[in-house]
Amino acid sequence: MKERWLWHDIKKYNQSYLMVLPYTVFFVIFVVVPVITAIVLSFTYFNMISPVRFIGLENYKRLFLNDDVFLISIKNTMLFAFVTGPVSYFVALITAWFINELNPKLRAFMTLVFYAPSVAGNAYIIWTFIFSGDRYGILNGFLIQTGLISESIQWLTDPKTNLTVIIIVQLWLSLGAGFLAFIAGLQTIDRSMYEAGAVDGIRNRWQELWHITLPSMKPQLLFGAVMQIASSFAVSDVAEQLAGFPSTNYSAHTIVTHIKDVGTLRYEMGYACAIAVVLFSMMVMIKSIFSNLMAKE
Amino acid sequence: MAKIMRLKAGTAKKLNRSKAGNAVIFVMLFCLGLFMVLPIYYIIIQAIKPFEEMFVFPPRMYVLRPTLAHFSSLFELASGMWVPLERFLFNSLFISAMGTAGQVLLASMAAYPLAKHPFPGSKALFNIIVLSLLFTPYVTAIPQYIVMAGMGLVDTYFALILPAFSMPLGLYLMRQFMLNIPNAMLEAAKIDGAGEYRVFFTIVMPQVRPAWLTLIIFAFQAIWNQTGFNFVFSDQYKVLPAIFRNIAAGGFIRSGVSSAASFLLLLPPVLIFLFAQGNVIETMSYSGIKE
Repeated sequence: MKERWLWHDIKKYNQSYLMVLPYTVFFVIFVVVPVITAIVLSFTYFNMISPVRFIGLENYKRLFLNDDVFLISIKNTMLFAFVTGPVSYFVALITAWFINELNPKLRAFMTLVFYAPSVAGNAYIIWTFIFSGDRYGILNGFLIQTGLISESIQWLTDPKTNLTVIIIVQLWLSLGAGFLAFIAGLQTIDRSMYEAGAVDGIRNRWQELWHITLPSMKPQLLFGAVMQIASSFAVSDVAEQLAGFPSTNYSAHTIVTHIKDVGTLRYEMGYACAIAVVLFSMMVMIKSIFSNLMAKE
Repeated sequence: MAKIMRLKAGTAKKLNRSKAGNAVIFVMLFCLGLFMVLPIYYIIIQAIKPFEEMFVFPPRMYVLRPTLAHFSSLFELASGMWVPLERFLFNSLFISAMGTAGQVLLASMAAYPLAKHPFPGSKALFNIIVLSLLFTPYVTAIPQYIVMAGMGLVDTYFALILPAFSMPLGLYLMRQFMLNIPNAMLEAAKIDGAGEYRVFFTIVMPQVRPAWLTLIIFAFQAIWNQTGFNFVFSDQYKVLPAIFRNIAAGGFIRSGVSSAASFLLLLPPVLIFLFAQGNVIETMSYSGIKE
């Protein structure tokens, strides 16, 4: 009986299936199959030359018991995830909200200003000139000239400063995507809601934000959060370009940097896949915590 | 009605705004904006500085005698290659345009039922799509290569275009915006006899215009910036970022040329951005008159 109802439902929604189908075909071929292959490989020893050999949980055991560099990379990734992630998220939200109130011309200009760093594929390399460790580094030069410091600081190679520098650059780079979704979200909010709010006694912009704006853009807020989790857990290119690959004593090593180190330098693909699976589980956990928080409110 | 229209124009809304608050917000936006834009500005300035100004210390944030020398030496460097530069430019534009168009269309079409039709399996499918956003792409490159080689796609345009159709980000973005469309609006259209495709093209897509204009920006920029190192090996299918990255790898002495390359790579996504953003704003100002 139940099966017949299911069949009935499937027939009833046949147009929905047809609409989902084209995307799903590409998604399965180019995303699902590779991801499942990677998960299977995480239980094997695979060096891309000799045949795949199943070794059960060996990769995972080695990861947690025998790999000191992995522990450093977890610590650094957590730092990025819990500092740059939330800061970037809230700054993007607040700026999008402010910018949305400007007049259209100014708004378009400001949106470009805040989105520009994300547009430029590898323009963040410019920061290596800014934080360069010799006297010709732009920041060092400035600080020496103004007399704040007398010796140039090795911003990128000193383990004491390089993480801070990467956090700053990552903030600069990651504001864009969530920000643009927030701007678009703000623009779809029905303006009559604000009028109704004013009648109901909303006094200032903060009340308006809390009682009207945020509740009506929940789907965009969740989207921004997932984007932010995806980018702040996956910090790697910026760290490599700025602090070097590998960085001094692995001080700026992240989980994804470690994946590249193991996979593309040492050709241990099985082990690299195991690290990717651990990273994935961490991100899924954070994402579900966030979704639950949003659902409660 | 007149009152609502005035509200949409933003005159009545300002009643809720304090002057001091506006000033604080302005200062904050200004400082943050400076932080965002200065590095980009520096790249542009470096690209048009003549050699004698480039290595002046401390670095100048202005240029006395702007020059296009770095651009011409970039093209000179490129002219020694087997395949003319125009071919790479064409490849990049073609791949980005096809990839963006396909992604926007397929993702939106799939997002609509996922947002609004509770068909069996919709939740599971959507959850898988969102989860896939969190899987790091570095370890899927090899399985992806094997899949493409199996389908005979390696070293063709398809190797760079078709994966763009599968990017989960676009679908997720579209679906989240479609959630906000009132169900009553869709029901009304269906009662009037419109089929699902008609509802999709005439009601859903116009409603989420800011969303797909944003997706055009995201998609174009992502595809434009890909180097295709993994899937394309013959020169005639290579794209600009791959070529420029090789040219710019010369370090300090080529920093002018590399700034010029960065600048040229920045241009098309920025133009797409301006085009899309301009349209978002246009829809906003029209919506007050239409209703």
